[in-house]
Amino acid sequence: MSKQSSEKTDHVGRLGYSYRRNLHERFIESVLFLSAFLSVIIMLAIIAMLVKESVIFFQHVSIWEFLTDTQWTPLFNDAHYGILPLVTGTLVSSMVALLVALPLGTIIAIYLSEFAPFAVREVAKPFLELLGGIPTVVYGYFALLFVTPLLQLIFPQLPGFNLLSAGLVMGIMIIPYVSSMTEDAMRAVPMHLREGSYAMGATRFQTAVRVVAPAAFSGIAAAYILGISRAVGETMVVAIAAGMQPNLTWNPMEPAATITAYIVQVSLGDLPHGSIGYQTIFAAGLTLLLMTLVFNIIGHIMRKRYREIY
Amino acid sequence: MNNVNDLDVLRKIIGRHKRWDLLFMIVGIIALMIAILTFIALFAQMLVDGMPRLSWDFFTSFPSRRPESAGILSAWVGTTLVMLVTAASAVPLGVSAGVYLEEYAPKNLFTEVIEINVTNLAGVPSIIYGLLALGLFVYQLDFGQSILAAGLALALLILPVVIVATREAIRAIPIAIREGAYALGATKWQTVWDHLLPYSSSGILTGIIIGLARAIGETAPIITIGALTFIAFLPPAPVTDEFPYLSFEWLSAPFTVMPIQMFNWVSRPEEAFQFNAAAAGLVLVVMTLAMNGLAIYLRYRMRKNIKW
Repeated sequence: MSKQSSEKTDHVGRLGYSYRRNLHERFIESVLFLSAFLSVIIMLAIIAMLVKESVIFFQHVSIWEFLTDTQWTPLFNDAHYGILPLVTGTLVSSMVALLVALPLGTIIAIYLSEFAPFAVREVAKPFLELLGGIPTVVYGYFALLFVTPLLQLIFPQLPGFNLLSAGLVMGIMIIPYVSSMTEDAMRAVPMHLREGSYAMGATRFQTAVRVVAPAAFSGIAAAYILGISRAVGETMVVAIAAGMQPNLTWNPMEPAATITAYIVQVSLGDLPHGSIGYQTIFAAGLTLLLMTLVFNIIGHIMRKRYREIY
Repeated sequence: MNNVNDLDVLRKIIGRHKRWDLLFMIVGIIALMIAILTFIALFAQMLVDGMPRLSWDFFTSFPSRRPESAGILSAWVGTTLVMLVTAASAVPLGVSAGVYLEEYAPKNLFTEVIEINVTNLAGVPSIIYGLLALGLFVYQLDFGQSILAAGLALALLILPVVIVATREAIRAIPIAIREGAYALGATKWQTVWDHLLPYSSSGILTGIIIGLARAIGETAPIITIGALTFIAFLPPAPVTDEFPYLSFEWLSAPFTVMPIQMFNWVSRPEEAFQFNAAAAGLVLVVMTLAMNGLAIYLRYRMRKNIKW
């Protein structure tokens, strides 16, 4: 593209096109460039904002205390600033969600891409897309008032707020993201690989699992990573259905707060700008961003490393 | 030799493999059913709880301490105004960024940085955008907890969606169209404005609608900037009867939006408020489903009418 366009400007110059026309083009190009560059500015602004407030926070609280204290009670008189309870809450709810979303999403993707008749796929794909478009606050309502009572029929001692039902609903919510990306990756695998496999006498299941899925591995990994970062960053479902009490536990049957739920809880109150409570949400946000960033980078490396080119 | 025996063994193996095939197909259908049944359960639960509350009064009343007379007037007005700000800022920025990356950007490291960055932005949790908006728009730029701050926060959130949709729509246009335009002496911008943008408009529109549908349902970033949950008044009207007939005071007004209203009702202990939450949820889901449905329909029609 760029080479073409520079040659073109040469031609234009030689033909004596007006100076103003060139100026006009340049002006538009710079406006367009600025809008594209804005995305970089946004990213830098996010990082700068989180780091700026966190630096002030870490002047009050040592990083060591932040990472090792087992209590998170920044708004109490006896304030503790240990991020661990929020991190475990986030990890447990994400784990439950991923145990639902990754297997079901993958199975649905394999089914839709390799097994389903054309008509089923044409109906199921948009349907899943609609499922992914439902607001998360609605899923939160569903987890609290439908799934939790249902689970209490099976586990009578289950508290009204718990990580399990939040995680399960979150899992269902993430299925469409995982399944549609995985399916796209599998459909991008060229037909002749499948034909070769069928010609050797493999069944559809064997072809799907041993030929198509490995060939689409980089795309499937990207889908999983997207699912993971959505689960980690999900806010409303856990804020509504898991309670907002920080709780250092690995047991999904207990109520607990996630990093995101804590930010919501603080924002609902009236915290003065510049107070230590105000800075805690930025420190929590920075932790969350670092967690998702790590997943994204792993995903990027996996995509580059395992990309198959046909 | 025992040819017959070999054949039997082969038949058994084939039979076993075919059973696996069938088994997986059943598992696949069950998995799909779980997703569909969840959706039906969600919808049914909201219909049963919320339907009795849905009436004309529900749309024309302010929230109230008494659940039976509470409504979503301030919420849907707030949502509409916030979406206006979001669309007005995200659409031009997203489309121009998409056009730049697809048509203008030279192939170099810097462009690659921008591209990777757009992908990363799409993966940033929505609540982080809320924190950015809180620090930047609410306090540093001093917009306050206003419609403007919320609309801009959501605009940043859906920017990657609009950029990616624009790029994909433009990429689908065959190179011959561009060559034709250049051959007739058109400049790059004339090619983009007169040909590429019109031809990709329905694809771009699909992306915009999907982005806005997502923005309508977003709760976390708006809670983070500190939107109030109890608003019993409307922002100043955008149209006035005095010259110049347009007023932008509403941009700095405090507000609430549909998902926040619903969240507020869900988190109240009284059961009667949860019926209100169900009703608000129903309105919200119908709105997002309608928008997503429109986007899917547009894409379907586009695929059918493609000319090249």
